[in-house]
Amino acid sequence: MPLSCLVNPCRGEGVLDPHGPVAAAERLILLNATTIMLVVVIPVILCTFAFAWWYRASNTRATYAPDWAYSGHIELVVWSIPAMVVLLLAGVAWNGSHLLDPARKIASEVKPLRVEVVSLDWRWLFIYPDMGIATVNELTVPAATPIEFVLTSATVMNSFFVPQLGSQIYTMPGMTTRLNLMAERPGNYPGLSAQFSGDGFSDMRFVVHALPPAQFSSWLAQTQSDAPSLDAEANAQLARAGHGPPATYRGVDPMLFEHIMQSTARPQPAAAAARSAAHGAWDAR
Amino acid sequence: MLGKLSWAAIPFGQPIPMAASLFIIVGLLSVLGLVTWKGWWPYLWREWLTSVDHKRIGVMYVLLALVLLLRGFIDAIMMRTQLAIAAGGAQGYLPPEHYDQIFSAHGTIMIFFMAMPFMVGLMNFVVPLQLGVRDVAFPALNAISFWLTASGALLVNVSLVVGEFARTGWLAYPPLSELQFSPGVGVDYYLWSLEISGIGTLLAGINLVTTILKMRAPGMTYMRMPIFCWTALASNMLIVAAFPILTATFGMLLLDRYVGMHFFTNDGGGNLMLYINLIWAWGHPEVYILILPAFGIYSEVIATFSGKQLFGYRSMVLATLAICVLSFMVWLHHFFTMGAGANVNAFFGIMSMIIAIPTGVKVFNWLFTLYRGRVRFEVPVLWSLGFMVTFVIGGLTGVLLAVPPADFVLHNSLFLVAHFHNVIIGGVLFGAMAGYNYWFPKAFGFTLDKRLGLVSFWCWLIGFYLAFVPLYMVGLLGMTRRMQHYADLTWQPYLIVAEVGALVILCGILATLAQLLVSIRSRDRRRDLTGDPWGGRTLEWSTASPPPSYNFAVLPHVESLDPFWAAKQHGPNTVADHYDSIEVPPNSPNGFMTAFFAVVTGFALIWHIWWMAILGLACAVITLLAFGWMERVETEITGERLAAAERARLRGVNPA
Repeated sequence: MPLSCLVNPCRGEGVLDPHGPVAAAERLILLNATTIMLVVVIPVILCTFAFAWWYRASNTRATYAPDWAYSGHIELVVWSIPAMVVLLLAGVAWNGSHLLDPARKIASEVKPLRVEVVSLDWRWLFIYPDMGIATVNELTVPAATPIEFVLTSATVMNSFFVPQLGSQIYTMPGMTTRLNLMAERPGNYPGLSAQFSGDGFSDMRFVVHALPPAQFSSWLAQTQSDAPSLDAEANAQLARAGHGPPATYRGVDPMLFEHIMQSTARPQPAAAAARSAAHGAWDAR
Repeated sequence: MLGKLSWAAIPFGQPIPMAASLFIIVGLLSVLGLVTWKGWWPYLWREWLTSVDHKRIGVMYVLLALVLLLRGFIDAIMMRTQLAIAAGGAQGYLPPEHYDQIFSAHGTIMIFFMAMPFMVGLMNFVVPLQLGVRDVAFPALNAISFWLTASGALLVNVSLVVGEFARTGWLAYPPLSELQFSPGVGVDYYLWSLEISGIGTLLAGINLVTTILKMRAPGMTYMRMPIFCWTALASNMLIVAAFPILTATFGMLLLDRYVGMHFFTNDGGGNLMLYINLIWAWGHPEVYILILPAFGIYSEVIATFSGKQLFGYRSMVLATLAICVLSFMVWLHHFFTMGAGANVNAFFGIMSMIIAIPTGVKVFNWLFTLYRGRVRFEVPVLWSLGFMVTFVIGGLTGVLLAVPPADFVLHNSLFLVAHFHNVIIGGVLFGAMAGYNYWFPKAFGFTLDKRLGLVSFWCWLIGFYLAFVPLYMVGLLGMTRRMQHYADLTWQPYLIVAEVGALVILCGILATLAQLLVSIRSRDRRRDLTGDPWGGRTLEWSTASPPPSYNFAVLPHVESLDPFWAAKQHGPNTVADHYDSIEVPPNSPNGFMTAFFAVVTGFALIWHIWWMAILGLACAVITLLAFGWMERVETEITGERLAAAERARLRGVNPA
């Protein structure tokens, strides 16, 4: 077991074990849609077995009607059944798409926490713009508080995903996406990149620590006073391809996210070299 | 002189790629050696390599597909083995830079060089026979199409020995596939292989669309066309509409990589989502290009072996065309998670679901074709029944993924991987195997061994469920695709079961090979002299097996659906008094040679050997034009020869 697993959970129960309102609603849709379809699919499977068996060539008791190839009534029924199922599911999809639109804010009396997410090669950088701190490969949030994510990528495309909290969303260079999630209860929830992003992709994992609000406040205060500062050297370190242990930083430029987004879209002759160096590191392993 | 090519391109230091390279080289050399030793070259050259006969070309397409099925499957089992062991802190036996190439090659090969040639090959072989005509519209072009496809397949496999393959996934999303992040030749191998084979596929599509629209037997109206021809028409219309998008998209990525343009780069105003939209504007129709002919095969097989006309023929045609049109309106469901608005997502989600209506109708119509039939459980029927049961499950999970909020948690997970294998194995591959077992006796004049055919079917079916049900489950647990190792030990048992499933599928593949070998060795016992071993309904069964180069001595007159079935109700065939002589197109080395130069050009472009690229391209164009304009003398087959051949055939059909 890797060392990080001793401190952080490396297992979660996935999308069927939701710990937030978004994930719970999505699981409900998943189960509802499956049930609606099973109503048709199970009889079809049974009919396939039954018809094939009963009308086997050796069964002389079965009717044989070689020229029977059309029935208006049956045609009407076979077009109607899938059409009605799709009508039901279309309702589910339309409502679900609007209610669970990733950009839609979660209604709550608690003031939401803003987090800016940057996918790097191959780490996750979480910036708390209102608090002047940032974390890498772990995301500490207060439980029962809506989190408003704004996301981008400093390199290639990734997808930010915490299965137990719900919806994933792409992080794309030079562009931003928005996502709203909430952890209902305190706990540790594994997160990962769901979009392949190169050789180091498999280790692009992080953990969401959802803390009780009071505990979060003390974590925040401690980070703001004790954590190392995200200076030029630390920034350069993050921009280099590779992995690293979870880390926290204070003294984060509130415009860092904007800065990363804009610099990604500018010509970067050095990036290719950095990437090759990383490959060298991989080869040496 | 040699561009980027040097000895460093050969993976001397890495045991696994080196072993794979040696395996391929030794395999290739032993085949070539055997052919030389046996003195088969003149025969091969005359009868196969230069043939423009649609049946020979169809057979070669299927052979190519079977060979690349092996290659793609070796990739699959390497991945499954890696994931069965790389849990917790373990890294497995494949480092990421190698593993990433394997999954990229697996997807590329299985779609472009296994599923596509299999389906195109079956269509090539069957469609002109079913239409009651003597060849496709453009026989020489047909050979060029095939050999260009084979060129692409060859280049992909060359990447195993010289250089590397893409490490970007089978669709090479930028910016990962841009020079900035993938400076090696892997992506170039991917792009040039698919550019070359894509042109071949486009030409094949144009050829078959023209054939079906313009060259049917006298009396064969559209509504008397066999259902397989309808699905082939729909599939090839999709090829004609979709493949130019693929060629153009890859062309833009090549411009980014070779001349520093900025279509999809991070900088310079490029946008990766442009690529992703374009590639899926091709990619979603592509899955229907593959599945529609398979639907046609199931329709033919189920009707034939139920001894019954296909139920709801007109509904089937309508459903096929509905799928054909709708397939262009759903591409965005491949990236609901890009953050488009709710209306956009809901629209594309619902459009995707609507495709389930015509597809559902098809399933019901197959059910009602079985109903009141006399079902003979030959191998093709079992593949079809296995398909019906498996495919509705794949359809269910597919519609589930079309619900945007469900997709938000399932996108890119192993649930998705299980879904598309469910429809591609359970739909396309089962269909290809059904068609292979069904039409093999037509192509070669003897049937395939039934016992080994059954072993193959059951291994594939059971292996499929063992391999992919665990992937559905582990996808729900939150595992995403393309991981080279994972930390969550609770996933490992599922992945070990999946590995066992892959091994069972391996048995199925070995049984298929054994079936072929055993059947060839015992071919004298299993000859079919009637040309109609299954009690067929459509025109391909009305001629000899294997059919003569001209297919039909006299073009059949079609007066109904299932014309051969109708004719059989009116008593045995007789020899006509008089046969008009016919002309068949002569062989042409055009396809083979053009493709040879295409490989040279592609290889040179990949390695930046500019002089060789220019030379190769010039030779390809000159060959193409020179042979294209050359005066060709058609081979005449006289009426007397036709009459003699027909008398011999009818002795087999009506033994005295």
